[in-house]
Amino acid sequence: MTAVISFLEQLGGRATGAIHRLGFASRFLLLTLRSSGMCFRRFSLVVREIYFAGVLSLIIILVSGLFVGMVLGLQGYDTLVRYGSSSALGVLVALSLVRELGPVVAGLLFASRAGSAITAEIGLMKATEQLAAMEMMAVDPIARVIAPRFWAGVISMPLLAAMFSAMGIFGGYLVGVRLIGVDEGSFWSQMQAAVDFHEDILNGVIKSVVFGVAVTWIAVFEGYDAPPTAEGVSGATTRTVVTSSLTILALDFMLTTFMFRGA
Amino acid sequence: MMKRKALDLWVGVFVAIGLGALLFLALKVGNLATFSAAETYLVKANFDNIGGLKKRAPVKSAGVVVGRVEDIVFDTENYEATVAFSIEKRYEFPKDTSAKILTAGLLGEQYIGLAAGGDTAKLKDGDKLKITQSAVVLENLISQFMFNKAAEGNKDTK
Repeated sequence: MTAVISFLEQLGGRATGAIHRLGFASRFLLLTLRSSGMCFRRFSLVVREIYFAGVLSLIIILVSGLFVGMVLGLQGYDTLVRYGSSSALGVLVALSLVRELGPVVAGLLFASRAGSAITAEIGLMKATEQLAAMEMMAVDPIARVIAPRFWAGVISMPLLAAMFSAMGIFGGYLVGVRLIGVDEGSFWSQMQAAVDFHEDILNGVIKSVVFGVAVTWIAVFEGYDAPPTAEGVSGATTRTVVTSSLTILALDFMLTTFMFRGA
Repeated sequence: MMKRKALDLWVGVFVAIGLGALLFLALKVGNLATFSAAETYLVKANFDNIGGLKKRAPVKSAGVVVGRVEDIVFDTENYEATVAFSIEKRYEFPKDTSAKILTAGLLGEQYIGLAAGGDTAKLKDGDKLKITQSAVVLENLISQFMFNKAAEGNKDTK
Protein backbone atom coordinates (compact mmCIF):
# COMPACT_ATOMS: atom_id res chain seq x y z
CA MET A 1 0.00 0.00 0.00
CA THR A 2 2.72 2.44 0.95
CA ALA A 3 4.51 1.55 -2.27
CA VAL A 4 1.44 2.58 -4.26
CA ILE A 5 1.08 5.80 -2.33
CA SER A 6 4.71 6.73 -2.72
CA PHE A 7 4.48 5.93 -6.43
CA LEU A 8 1.48 8.24 -6.79
CA GLU A 9 3.28 10.88 -4.78
CA GLN A 10 6.27 10.65 -7.08
CA LEU A 11 4.07 10.85 -10.15
CA GLY A 12 2.24 13.91 -8.87
CA GLY A 13 5.49 15.51 -7.81
CA ARG A 14 6.94 15.00 -11.28
CA ALA A 15 3.86 16.50 -12.95
CA THR A 16 3.64 19.57 -10.74
CA GLY A 17 7.40 19.96 -10.97
CA ALA A 18 7.27 20.01 -14.77
CA ILE A 19 4.44 22.57 -14.81
CA HIS A 20 6.27 24.66 -12.23
CA ARG A 21 9.36 24.68 -14.44
CA LEU A 22 7.28 25.59 -17.50
CA GLY A 23 5.79 28.56 -15.68
CA PHE A 24 9.22 29.67 -14.49
CA ALA A 25 10.61 29.26 -18.02
CA SER A 26 7.81 31.41 -19.48
CA ARG A 27 8.40 34.14 -16.91
CA PHE A 28 12.12 33.86 -17.66
CA LEU A 29 11.50 34.33 -21.41
CA LEU A 30 9.34 37.36 -20.74
CA LEU A 31 12.02 38.85 -18.49
CA THR A 32 14.68 38.17 -21.14
CA LEU A 33 12.61 39.92 -23.82
CA ARG A 34 11.98 42.85 -21.52
CA SER A 35 15.64 43.29 -20.64
CA SER A 36 16.94 42.90 -24.17
CA GLY A 37 16.91 46.63 -24.83
CA MET A 38 20.46 46.93 -23.59
CA CYS A 39 21.93 44.29 -25.87
CA PHE A 40 20.66 46.19 -28.91
CA ARG A 41 22.23 49.39 -27.67
CA ARG A 42 25.48 47.51 -27.12
CA PHE A 43 25.23 45.29 -30.17
CA SER A 44 28.86 44.12 -29.84
CA LEU A 45 27.64 41.81 -27.07
CA VAL A 46 25.32 40.06 -29.52
CA VAL A 47 28.01 40.02 -32.22
CA ARG A 48 30.34 38.19 -29.85
CA GLU A 49 27.68 35.56 -29.16
CA ILE A 50 26.83 35.21 -32.85
CA TYR A 51 30.48 34.33 -33.32
CA PHE A 52 30.26 31.50 -30.78
CA ALA A 53 26.79 30.24 -31.72
CA GLY A 54 26.77 30.88 -35.45
CA VAL A 55 30.24 31.18 -36.93
CA LEU A 56 31.60 28.19 -35.03
CA SER A 57 28.61 26.08 -36.17
CA LEU A 58 29.36 26.94 -39.78
CA ILE A 59 31.56 23.94 -40.58
CA ILE A 60 29.23 21.30 -39.17
CA ILE A 61 26.19 22.89 -40.86
CA LEU A 62 27.82 23.21 -44.26
CA VAL A 63 29.35 19.72 -44.26
CA SER A 64 26.15 18.02 -43.04
CA GLY A 65 24.11 20.00 -45.55
CA LEU A 66 26.34 18.83 -48.37
CA PHE A 67 26.09 15.20 -47.32
CA VAL A 68 22.34 15.27 -46.69
CA GLY A 69 21.85 16.79 -50.14
CA MET A 70 24.09 14.18 -51.73
CA VAL A 71 22.20 11.32 -50.08
CA LEU A 72 18.88 12.88 -51.15
CA GLY A 73 20.22 13.05 -54.70
CA LEU A 74 21.24 9.39 -54.70
CA GLN A 75 18.11 8.02 -53.04
CA GLY A 76 15.75 10.34 -54.88
CA TYR A 77 17.24 9.33 -58.21
CA ASP A 78 16.94 5.67 -57.29
CA THR A 79 13.17 6.04 -56.72
CA LEU A 80 12.38 8.55 -59.46
CA VAL A 81 14.14 6.62 -62.21
CA ARG A 82 11.63 3.79 -61.75
CA TYR A 83 8.87 6.12 -62.88
CA GLY A 84 10.95 7.61 -65.64
CA SER A 85 10.89 11.03 -64.04
CA SER A 86 14.48 11.44 -62.94
CA SER A 87 14.37 15.00 -64.28
CA ALA A 88 12.19 15.86 -61.26
CA LEU A 89 15.17 15.17 -59.00
CA GLY A 90 15.78 18.88 -58.51
CA VAL A 91 12.21 19.37 -57.29
CA LEU A 92 12.51 16.52 -54.81
CA VAL A 93 15.82 17.68 -53.39
CA ALA A 94 14.86 21.36 -53.22
CA LEU A 95 11.40 20.91 -51.73
CA SER A 96 12.44 18.41 -49.08
CA LEU A 97 15.38 20.59 -48.05
CA VAL A 98 13.68 23.98 -48.08
CA ARG A 99 10.47 22.84 -46.42
CA GLU A 100 11.62 20.28 -43.88
CA LEU A 101 15.19 19.06 -43.75
CA GLY A 102 16.87 22.45 -43.85
CA PRO A 103 15.17 23.95 -40.79
CA VAL A 104 14.84 20.66 -38.86
CA VAL A 105 18.31 19.16 -39.31
CA ALA A 106 19.99 22.55 -38.97
CA GLY A 107 17.94 23.05 -35.80
CA LEU A 108 18.98 19.68 -34.38
CA LEU A 109 22.63 20.35 -35.17
CA PHE A 110 22.36 23.85 -33.74
CA ALA A 111 20.83 22.46 -30.54
CA SER A 112 23.65 20.00 -30.04
CA ARG A 113 26.47 22.26 -31.21
CA ALA A 114 25.50 25.69 -29.86
CA GLY A 115 22.62 25.03 -27.45
CA SER A 116 24.63 22.67 -25.29
CA ALA A 117 27.54 25.11 -25.18
CA ILE A 118 25.25 27.96 -24.10
CA THR A 119 23.75 25.83 -21.31
CA ALA A 120 27.14 24.65 -20.08
CA GLU A 121 28.56 28.18 -20.09
CA ILE A 122 25.66 29.77 -18.23
CA GLY A 123 25.41 26.80 -15.85
CA LEU A 124 29.09 27.07 -15.02
CA MET A 125 28.79 30.84 -14.58
CA LYS A 126 26.04 30.16 -12.09
CA ALA A 127 27.97 27.38 -10.33
CA THR A 128 31.02 29.61 -9.93
CA GLU A 129 28.73 32.41 -8.73
CA GLN A 130 29.66 34.79 -11.52
CA LEU A 131 26.00 35.62 -12.01
CA ALA A 132 25.61 36.42 -8.32
CA ALA A 133 28.76 38.58 -8.48
CA MET A 134 27.26 40.53 -11.37
CA GLU A 135 24.15 41.21 -9.36
CA MET A 136 26.34 42.43 -6.51
CA MET A 137 27.89 44.92 -8.95
CA ALA A 138 24.41 46.05 -9.98
CA VAL A 139 24.78 44.45 -13.42
CA ASP A 140 21.65 42.61 -14.46
CA PRO A 141 22.87 39.14 -15.47
CA ILE A 142 19.77 38.58 -17.61
CA ALA A 143 20.44 41.70 -19.67
CA ARG A 144 24.22 41.17 -19.74
CA VAL A 145 24.52 37.38 -20.15
CA ILE A 146 21.19 35.82 -21.14
CA ALA A 147 19.65 38.30 -23.61
CA PRO A 148 22.69 38.58 -25.95
CA ARG A 149 22.93 34.79 -26.18
CA PHE A 150 19.21 34.50 -26.81
CA TRP A 151 19.21 37.05 -29.64
CA ALA A 152 22.40 35.63 -31.13
CA GLY A 153 20.71 32.23 -31.40
CA VAL A 154 17.54 33.72 -32.88
CA ILE A 155 19.58 35.60 -35.50
CA SER A 156 21.96 32.74 -36.31
CA MET A 157 19.44 29.96 -36.72
CA PRO A 158 17.61 31.15 -39.91
CA LEU A 159 20.95 31.98 -41.53
CA LEU A 160 22.32 28.54 -40.70
CA ALA A 161 19.15 26.85 -42.00
CA ALA A 162 19.36 28.79 -45.27
CA MET A 163 23.01 27.78 -45.64
CA PHE A 164 22.11 24.17 -44.92
CA SER A 165 19.40 24.19 -47.61
CA ALA A 166 21.59 25.92 -50.17
CA MET A 167 24.48 23.56 -49.48
CA GLY A 168 22.15 20.55 -49.66
CA ILE A 169 20.79 21.62 -53.03
CA PHE A 170 24.36 22.02 -54.22
CA GLY A 171 25.10 18.49 -52.94
CA GLY A 172 22.05 17.15 -54.76
CA TYR A 173 23.25 18.93 -57.89
CA LEU A 174 26.74 17.42 -57.55
CA VAL A 175 25.42 13.87 -57.25
CA GLY A 176 22.42 14.18 -59.56
CA VAL A 177 23.87 16.20 -62.41
CA ARG A 178 27.63 15.77 -62.19
CA LEU A 179 27.81 12.16 -61.03
CA ILE A 180 24.66 10.43 -62.32
CA GLY A 181 24.05 12.66 -65.31
CA VAL A 182 20.52 14.01 -64.87
CA ASP A 183 19.93 16.78 -67.38
CA GLU A 184 21.17 20.04 -65.88
CA GLY A 185 18.56 22.25 -67.55
CA SER A 186 15.56 20.28 -66.35
CA PHE A 187 17.11 19.89 -62.89
CA TRP A 188 17.09 23.66 -62.35
CA SER A 189 14.06 24.65 -64.41
CA GLN A 190 11.72 22.08 -62.88
CA MET A 191 12.99 23.11 -59.46
CA GLN A 192 12.26 26.75 -60.18
CA ALA A 193 8.81 25.92 -61.49
CA ALA A 194 7.88 23.87 -58.43
CA VAL A 195 9.43 25.85 -55.56
CA ASP A 196 7.38 28.87 -54.62
CA PHE A 197 9.05 31.74 -52.83
CA HIS A 198 6.21 32.49 -50.42
CA GLU A 199 4.81 29.00 -49.95
CA ASP A 200 8.06 27.11 -49.58
CA ILE A 201 11.05 29.33 -48.92
CA LEU A 202 9.44 31.90 -46.63
CA ASN A 203 7.66 29.18 -44.67
CA GLY A 204 11.00 27.41 -44.26
CA VAL A 205 12.54 30.62 -42.94
CA ILE A 206 9.62 31.10 -40.53
CA LYS A 207 10.16 27.55 -39.30
CA SER A 208 13.85 28.16 -38.68
CA VAL A 209 13.12 31.37 -36.75
CA VAL A 210 10.65 29.47 -34.55
CA PHE A 211 13.21 26.70 -33.98
CA GLY A 212 15.86 29.31 -33.20
CA VAL A 213 13.65 30.87 -30.51
CA ALA A 214 12.76 27.46 -29.07
CA VAL A 215 16.31 26.08 -28.96
CA THR A 216 17.97 29.15 -27.48
CA TRP A 217 15.16 29.68 -25.00
CA ILE A 218 15.56 26.11 -23.77
CA ALA A 219 19.35 26.43 -23.74
CA VAL A 220 19.55 29.66 -21.74
CA PHE A 221 16.81 28.55 -19.37
CA GLU A 222 18.40 25.16 -18.64
CA GLY A 223 21.69 26.90 -17.98
CA TYR A 224 20.10 29.49 -15.71
CA ASP A 225 18.06 26.86 -13.89
CA ALA A 226 20.88 24.30 -13.54
CA PRO A 227 21.78 23.17 -10.02
CA PRO A 228 25.12 24.83 -9.23
CA THR A 229 27.13 21.62 -9.14
CA ALA A 230 29.22 19.72 -11.69
CA GLU A 231 26.50 17.08 -11.90
CA GLY A 232 23.81 19.71 -12.22
CA VAL A 233 25.53 21.40 -15.16
CA SER A 234 26.12 18.14 -17.00
CA GLY A 235 22.49 17.12 -16.45
CA ALA A 236 21.27 20.48 -17.70
CA THR A 237 23.40 20.21 -20.83
CA THR A 238 21.96 16.78 -21.60
CA ARG A 239 18.44 18.04 -20.97
CA THR A 240 18.99 20.95 -23.36
CA VAL A 241 19.86 18.63 -26.24
CA VAL A 242 17.06 16.16 -25.51
CA THR A 243 14.34 18.73 -24.85
CA SER A 244 15.20 21.01 -27.74
CA SER A 245 15.45 18.09 -30.20
CA LEU A 246 12.04 16.81 -29.18
CA THR A 247 10.63 20.35 -29.25
CA ILE A 248 11.95 20.93 -32.76
CA LEU A 249 10.37 17.73 -34.07
CA ALA A 250 7.02 18.41 -32.38
CA LEU A 251 6.97 22.06 -33.48
CA ASP A 252 7.89 21.00 -37.01
CA PHE A 253 4.89 18.71 -37.18
CA MET A 254 2.59 21.46 -35.93
CA LEU A 255 3.98 24.11 -38.28
CA THR A 256 3.81 21.73 -41.23
CA THR A 257 0.13 21.03 -40.64
CA PHE A 258 -0.53 24.78 -40.64
CA MET A 259 1.67 25.68 -43.58
CA PHE A 260 1.39 22.91 -46.11
CA ARG A 261 -2.07 21.52 -45.51
CA GLY A 262 -3.97 20.86 -48.70
CA ALA A 263 -1.05 21.85 -50.87
CA MET B 1 40.79 45.93 -29.55
CA MET B 2 42.42 43.91 -32.33
CA LYS B 3 40.69 40.78 -31.17
CA ARG B 4 37.28 42.36 -31.28
CA LYS B 5 37.90 43.41 -34.87
CA ALA B 6 38.78 39.89 -36.01
CA LEU B 7 35.59 38.67 -34.39
CA ASP B 8 33.51 41.29 -36.16
CA LEU B 9 34.99 40.21 -39.45
CA TRP B 10 34.01 36.59 -38.91
CA VAL B 11 30.49 37.50 -37.88
CA GLY B 12 30.24 39.71 -40.96
CA VAL B 13 31.37 36.83 -43.16
CA PHE B 14 28.85 34.55 -41.46
CA VAL B 15 25.93 36.94 -41.98
CA ALA B 16 27.00 37.57 -45.59
CA ILE B 17 27.10 33.82 -46.34
CA GLY B 18 23.71 33.38 -44.69
CA LEU B 19 22.11 36.18 -46.68
CA GLY B 20 23.83 34.86 -49.80
CA ALA B 21 22.29 31.45 -49.18
CA LEU B 22 18.86 33.05 -48.79
CA LEU B 23 19.38 34.97 -52.02
CA PHE B 24 20.43 31.77 -53.77
CA LEU B 25 17.29 30.03 -52.52
CA ALA B 26 15.09 32.93 -53.61
CA LEU B 27 16.55 33.48 -57.07
CA LYS B 28 18.03 30.19 -58.22
CA VAL B 29 15.80 27.67 -56.42
CA GLY B 30 12.53 29.55 -56.06
CA ASN B 31 10.65 31.39 -58.75
CA LEU B 32 11.11 34.89 -57.40
CA ALA B 33 13.03 35.88 -60.54
CA THR B 34 10.06 35.02 -62.74
CA PHE B 35 7.83 37.15 -60.53
CA SER B 36 8.02 40.15 -62.77
CA ALA B 37 6.61 43.30 -61.36
CA ALA B 38 4.90 43.81 -64.71
CA GLU B 39 1.36 45.10 -64.58
CA THR B 40 -1.36 42.59 -65.24
CA TYR B 41 -5.03 42.52 -66.09
CA LEU B 42 -7.58 40.09 -64.73
CA VAL B 43 -9.65 37.81 -66.93
CA LYS B 44 -12.29 35.30 -65.86
CA ALA B 45 -13.49 32.08 -67.42
CA ASN B 46 -16.07 29.46 -66.47
CA PHE B 47 -15.23 25.78 -66.70
CA ASP B 48 -17.46 22.72 -66.25
CA ASN B 49 -14.60 20.93 -64.57
CA ILE B 50 -11.20 22.27 -63.64
CA GLY B 51 -9.69 18.90 -62.75
CA GLY B 52 -6.63 19.48 -60.57
CA LEU B 53 -6.00 23.13 -61.43
CA LYS B 54 -4.55 25.09 -58.51
CA LYS B 55 -4.02 28.70 -57.61
CA ARG B 56 -0.79 30.15 -59.01
CA ALA B 57 -0.80 27.61 -61.86
CA PRO B 58 0.70 29.07 -65.05
CA VAL B 59 -1.37 30.46 -67.91
CA LYS B 60 0.34 29.70 -71.20
CA SER B 61 -0.17 30.63 -74.79
CA ALA B 62 1.84 28.78 -77.41
CA GLY B 63 3.81 27.32 -74.52
CA VAL B 64 4.93 30.70 -73.19
CA VAL B 65 3.89 31.67 -69.66
CA VAL B 66 1.79 34.83 -69.97
CA GLY B 67 0.10 34.87 -66.56
CA ARG B 68 -0.98 33.02 -63.45
CA VAL B 69 -4.20 31.68 -61.98
CA GLU B 70 -5.26 34.05 -59.21
CA ASP B 71 -8.46 32.61 -57.82
CA ILE B 72 -10.78 29.65 -58.23
CA VAL B 73 -14.35 29.79 -56.89
CA PHE B 74 -17.45 27.67 -57.33
CA ASP B 75 -20.26 29.50 -59.08
CA THR B 76 -23.50 28.46 -57.35
CA GLU B 77 -25.70 29.87 -60.14
CA ASN B 78 -24.42 27.72 -62.97
CA TYR B 79 -22.73 25.06 -60.85
CA GLU B 80 -19.50 25.72 -62.66
CA ALA B 81 -16.03 26.74 -61.58
CA THR B 82 -15.05 30.35 -62.16
CA VAL B 83 -11.32 30.78 -62.60
CA ALA B 84 -9.79 34.25 -62.45
CA PHE B 85 -6.33 34.63 -63.90
CA SER B 86 -4.02 37.55 -64.51
CA ILE B 87 -2.25 38.18 -67.81
CA GLU B 88 0.70 40.51 -68.19
CA LYS B 89 -0.22 43.84 -69.78
CA ARG B 90 2.28 43.47 -72.60
CA TYR B 91 0.46 40.40 -73.90
CA GLU B 92 -2.79 41.45 -75.55
CA PHE B 93 -5.33 38.87 -76.65
CA PRO B 94 -8.38 39.14 -78.92
CA LYS B 95 -11.81 39.12 -77.28
CA ASP B 96 -12.72 35.69 -78.64
CA THR B 97 -9.68 33.95 -77.16
CA SER B 98 -10.46 30.43 -75.94
CA ALA B 99 -9.13 28.81 -72.74
CA LYS B 100 -8.40 25.14 -72.20
CA ILE B 101 -7.22 23.32 -69.13
CA LEU B 102 -4.25 21.23 -70.18
CA THR B 103 -1.85 18.90 -68.44
CA ALA B 104 1.94 19.10 -68.69
CA GLY B 105 2.90 15.58 -69.63
CA LEU B 106 0.82 12.57 -68.65
CA LEU B 107 0.82 13.16 -64.90
CA GLY B 108 2.20 16.68 -64.68
CA GLU B 109 0.64 19.79 -63.23
CA GLN B 110 -2.34 21.38 -64.92
CA TYR B 111 -2.28 24.80 -66.54
CA ILE B 112 -4.51 27.03 -68.65
CA GLY B 113 -3.74 27.20 -72.34
CA LEU B 114 -4.95 30.25 -74.28
CA ALA B 115 -5.57 30.10 -78.02
CA ALA B 116 -6.04 33.47 -79.69
CA GLY B 117 -9.09 34.06 -81.87
CA GLY B 118 -9.57 36.46 -84.76
CA ASP B 119 -11.45 39.34 -83.16
CA THR B 120 -9.97 42.80 -83.56
CA ALA B 121 -11.17 43.98 -80.14
CA LYS B 122 -8.75 43.15 -77.32
CA LEU B 123 -9.44 41.64 -73.91
CA LYS B 124 -9.77 44.16 -71.10
CA ASP B 125 -9.53 43.93 -67.34
CA GLY B 126 -12.54 42.03 -65.93
CA ASP B 127 -13.60 40.43 -69.21
CA LYS B 128 -14.95 36.90 -69.30
CA LEU B 129 -13.85 34.32 -71.84
CA LYS B 130 -16.79 32.66 -73.62
CA ILE B 131 -15.14 29.63 -75.18
CA THR B 132 -13.63 27.25 -72.66
CA GLN B 133 -12.74 23.60 -72.56
CA SER B 134 -12.66 21.63 -69.32
CA ALA B 135 -9.91 19.47 -68.00
CA VAL B 136 -9.73 15.92 -69.26
CA VAL B 137 -10.79 13.61 -66.45
CA LEU B 138 -8.89 10.38 -66.76
CA GLU B 139 -11.70 8.25 -65.30
CA ASN B 140 -14.19 9.47 -67.95
CA LEU B 141 -11.70 8.71 -70.68
CA ILE B 142 -11.07 5.22 -69.36
CA SER B 143 -14.78 4.44 -68.95
CA GLN B 144 -15.46 5.64 -72.50
CA PHE B 145 -12.68 3.45 -73.78
CA MET B 146 -13.98 0.46 -71.81
CA PHE B 147 -17.55 0.90 -73.13
CA ASN B 148 -16.22 0.99 -76.67
CA LYS B 149 -14.12 -2.12 -76.05
CA ALA B 150 -17.10 -3.90 -74.51
CA ALA B 151 -19.27 -3.04 -77.52
CA GLU B 152 -16.59 -4.31 -79.89
CA GLY B 153 -16.17 -7.48 -77.84
CA ASN B 154 -19.90 -8.24 -78.17
CA LYS B 155 -19.70 -7.91 -81.94
CA ASP B 156 -16.69 -10.24 -82.13
CA THR B 157 -18.30 -13.06 -80.17
CA LYS B 158 -21.48 -12.95 -82.24
